[in-house]
Amino acid sequence: MADDQVEPPPLFETVAIDRVEKEDDDDLFVSAHQDPSPQFDEICPDLTNGDSCLPNPKINDFRGELETVPINNSSLPISMEQVEAVRGDEFLEISITEPQKVGEGMGAYMAYRVKTKTNMPIFKKREFSVTRRFSDFLGLHDKLTEKYLKVGRIIPPAPEKSVIGMTKIKISSQPEGNTTNGNDFVERRRASLERYLKRTAQHPVLVLDPDFREFLESDIELPKATSTSALSSAGVMRLFNKVGETVNKITYKMDETDPWFEEKLAHVEGLETQLRKLHTSVEAMVTYRRELANLTNGVSRSAAMLSTCEDHNSLSRALSQLADTEEKHWQHSQQMLAKKREAKAKLELTNRIDKLDQANAEVVEWESKVERGQENFDKISQMIKKEMDRFEKCRIHDFKIMFIKYLENHLEHQAQLVKFWETFLPEAKAIA
Amino acid sequence: MTDKASPDEGNNVPLTDSSLVVDISDALSEKDKVKFTVHTRTTMKNFQKSEFLVVRQHEEFIWLHDRYEEDPKYAGYIIPPPPPRPNFDASREKLQRLGEGEGTMTKEEFTKMKQELEAEYLATFKKTVAMHEVFLTRLASHSIFREDPHLHVFLEYDQDLCARPKGKLQQLGGLIKSVGSTTDQYYLNATVRDVNDFFEQQMNSLTEYHGQLKEATTRTDKMTEKHKELADSFIKISGSLLQLANSDNGHLDKFLSKVSDTFEKARKIESRVASDQDLKLADTLRYYMRDSQAARALLVRRLKCLANYENANRALEKARHKNKDIHAAEAVQSAACEQFDAISTQAKEELLDFKTRRLHAFRKSLIELAELEIKHARTQQDLLKKSLQSLKELL
Repeated sequence: MADDQVEPPPLFETVAIDRVEKEDDDDLFVSAHQDPSPQFDEICPDLTNGDSCLPNPKINDFRGELETVPINNSSLPISMEQVEAVRGDEFLEISITEPQKVGEGMGAYMAYRVKTKTNMPIFKKREFSVTRRFSDFLGLHDKLTEKYLKVGRIIPPAPEKSVIGMTKIKISSQPEGNTTNGNDFVERRRASLERYLKRTAQHPVLVLDPDFREFLESDIELPKATSTSALSSAGVMRLFNKVGETVNKITYKMDETDPWFEEKLAHVEGLETQLRKLHTSVEAMVTYRRELANLTNGVSRSAAMLSTCEDHNSLSRALSQLADTEEKHWQHSQQMLAKKREAKAKLELTNRIDKLDQANAEVVEWESKVERGQENFDKISQMIKKEMDRFEKCRIHDFKIMFIKYLENHLEHQAQLVKFWETFLPEAKAIA
Repeated sequence: MTDKASPDEGNNVPLTDSSLVVDISDALSEKDKVKFTVHTRTTMKNFQKSEFLVVRQHEEFIWLHDRYEEDPKYAGYIIPPPPPRPNFDASREKLQRLGEGEGTMTKEEFTKMKQELEAEYLATFKKTVAMHEVFLTRLASHSIFREDPHLHVFLEYDQDLCARPKGKLQQLGGLIKSVGSTTDQYYLNATVRDVNDFFEQQMNSLTEYHGQLKEATTRTDKMTEKHKELADSFIKISGSLLQLANSDNGHLDKFLSKVSDTFEKARKIESRVASDQDLKLADTLRYYMRDSQAARALLVRRLKCLANYENANRALEKARHKNKDIHAAEAVQSAACEQFDAISTQAKEELLDFKTRRLHAFRKSLIELAELEIKHARTQQDLLKKSLQSLKELL
C-alpha cells in the first residue's frame, strides 16, 4: 500500500472511496442539520463505549482513505517544511484576464483566461494559459477539499456562487456585460477567482496537487463538475458549521486532550467576529467612496454646464477647468475604488478561511472523539498545528502587505489630487 | 438646542463721515427661533445715537427684504437676496438617529460621532448667522439702500417689529406670491416683445444660469455631505482596527494600532476637506443662485414697466382716435416711458455690477478652494508617508 500512495492510480481509487465516503458524510450532515438532538443521543453511547463505531462501516473506510492520501502520510519522505524549503527560489504566478460571456440566455456563462508563469519543474512549460469557467473553480475546490480537509489542511475557500449576479449577466444583452452592475460583478468575481488560485498556489502542499496542476495546465476542457451546481460552497460550509455546532455540544462533555485546540478555537472565533466588524466598516467606506465619486462626477458635469452659460470668459474657463479637475478626481477615484475593493475582498477572504479553519478543527475534534486510532489523531493534530502556524504567518503577512498597499494607493491618490488642484489654481487666479 | 456664536471679527473699523457699519455681534438659538443681535455703528445724521444693539429674528429680516422689494423706488436695483431660513432639522435628525444607533457602536465611536455632529451643527449655525449678516452689510454699504427708513427702523428700534412669525395663511400667501411672480414672468415673456436685445438675452441667460447654479449647488451639497459621511465611516474602521489590535496577541497589535491611528488622523483631514468644499464652493454657488434670482426679479420688474409703457401707448392711440382725454393719456404715456427708460438704464448698470461682484466672489472662493484642497492633500500625503514608513519598519 505504501507504494501505491505515491503513484497516481491508487490516488484515483482514493478519490472513488472518498466519494462514497462523502455521500455518507452528507447523510450524516443532513441529519445533524435537521435534528441535532437525536444525533447526539445516537453518537453518545458509541462514544462512551469507546471502541464501537457508527452504524455504518464508514470509519474503516475513513481510516483507509486517510492513509492513502499522498504527501500527508507519514511514510512520505517530504514534510511540509521540506517542501517549503525546496520551493525557495521557485515561483508560480497566476493571473486571470479576459472574462468573456459565452452563449446566450440562461445557458450563458462567463469564461476566464487563467495565465500561469512558473519555473517549477513540475509543470511542463514555463508559460501557459487555459480557459476555465466558474464551475471549474468550484470543481477544483471540491476535489481539494475531499482530499485534504479531513487530514487537517486548511484549504483556501473558493468564491461563492451568486445567482443574482450571474442572472444579471445572463439577462444583459451586451456580450461583455456592459452594464455597470454587470461589469462590477464580473470584475469582483475575476479578482476573487484570481485570489483563490493564488492562495492555493501559496500553499506548499496544495500547489503540488495533480488536480491543481491539471487545472492550470491541461488544454482540454475539464469534465463538468455537476455537484458544484447543486451545492454551493457556502452550502457546504453551512453544513460544516452545523456539524460543528452539534459537535461543540458533544465536546462539552468531553475533556479536550489538547488545550492548544481550545485556545486556537477561541482565538479564531474572536478573530472572526472582529474581522466581520471591520469588513462591514470597510464595505461601508467603499460604498461611500463610490457614491462620493459619482456625486463628484455630478458636480463636474454641473460645473461644465455652468461654464457654458457663464458669459464671462475667464470665469467660464475656470469653471470648465474646475469641471476637469473634478472629472479627473472622479476618474481617479474610480480606479482607486477597484483597489480598495480588492483590499476589502481580502479581508473577506481571510474571514472565510477562518471559518473553514474552525470547521476543520471541529471535524478533527469530532473525529478524535469517535476514538479512532490514537496514532492518526496525533498525526492530524500535528498537521493542524502546522497548518495553523502557516495560516497565522500568511495572515499576518497578508494583513501587513494589504494595509501598506492600501495606504500607498491612498498616498498616490493624494499626490494626484495635489497635482490636479495645482493645475487648477492658476486658472482660478486668471479670473479677472 | 441652545447655542451661541460670535463672529470672529469684531466691528472695529474706524468710522469716517456718514459711515454705516453693521454686524451681528451675537446670536442665540432657542428651540425654533434664532435671536440675532444686530450691532450698528454710524455717523449718519438720521440716527439718534452713533452705536446701538437690537435683537432681531429671521422673520424681521424677511420683512425688511419685502419692504425693499415692494418699493417702486428700488425697482431698478438688484435687491440683496434675503437670508435663508435657519434650518437645523438635518442636524437634529442626525443626532436622533445617532441616539437610536448607540447600541451598535463602542463608546469611543459614539463619542466621536457625537462630537462630529456637534461640530456640524455649530458650523451650520455660524453659517446661518453669516448669511444674515451679509444681507445687512450689503444694504448698509449700498449708497441708495442705506438711506431707507425701514432699514433705519430695523437697525435702531429696540422693540419687536411687526413681523411676527408668519402664520400658515401668510406662508401660503408667500407661496402664491412666488407662484404669481413666476407666472408673471412667463406671461410677460410671452406677451411683451422686448425692444432691446441686450435685456432679452440677459433674461434668457440669467434664467439658464440660475437653473444651472441651482443644480450645481444641490450636487455640491450632496457631494460634501457624502464626503462627510465618508470621513465619519473612518471612525468605525479605526475603532475596529484598534479592537483587532487589542485581541491580537503580539503579532499584529502594534501594526494594527498604527493603521488605526492613521485612519483616525486621515478622518480629521477628510472631514476638513468636506467642510472647506462646503464653505468655499457650495456656499458661493448657493449665494449666487440667490443673487441671480434677485437679478432676474429685476428684469421681470423691467418687463412689467415695459408692459405698462406699451399699454400707455395703446391707450394714447385710442384717446387720439376718439379725440378724448388726449392730454391725460399723453401724461401717462410719457411717465411710463420715463419710468421704463430709467429702469432700463439702472438695470443695465446693476447687471454689470452683478457680474463684477460674481466674478470677484468666484475668483476668491475658487482660489481659496484650490489652495485648501492642495493643503489638505499635502497634509494627508505627509501623514501617509510617515505612517507607511513606520509600518514598513514593523514588517
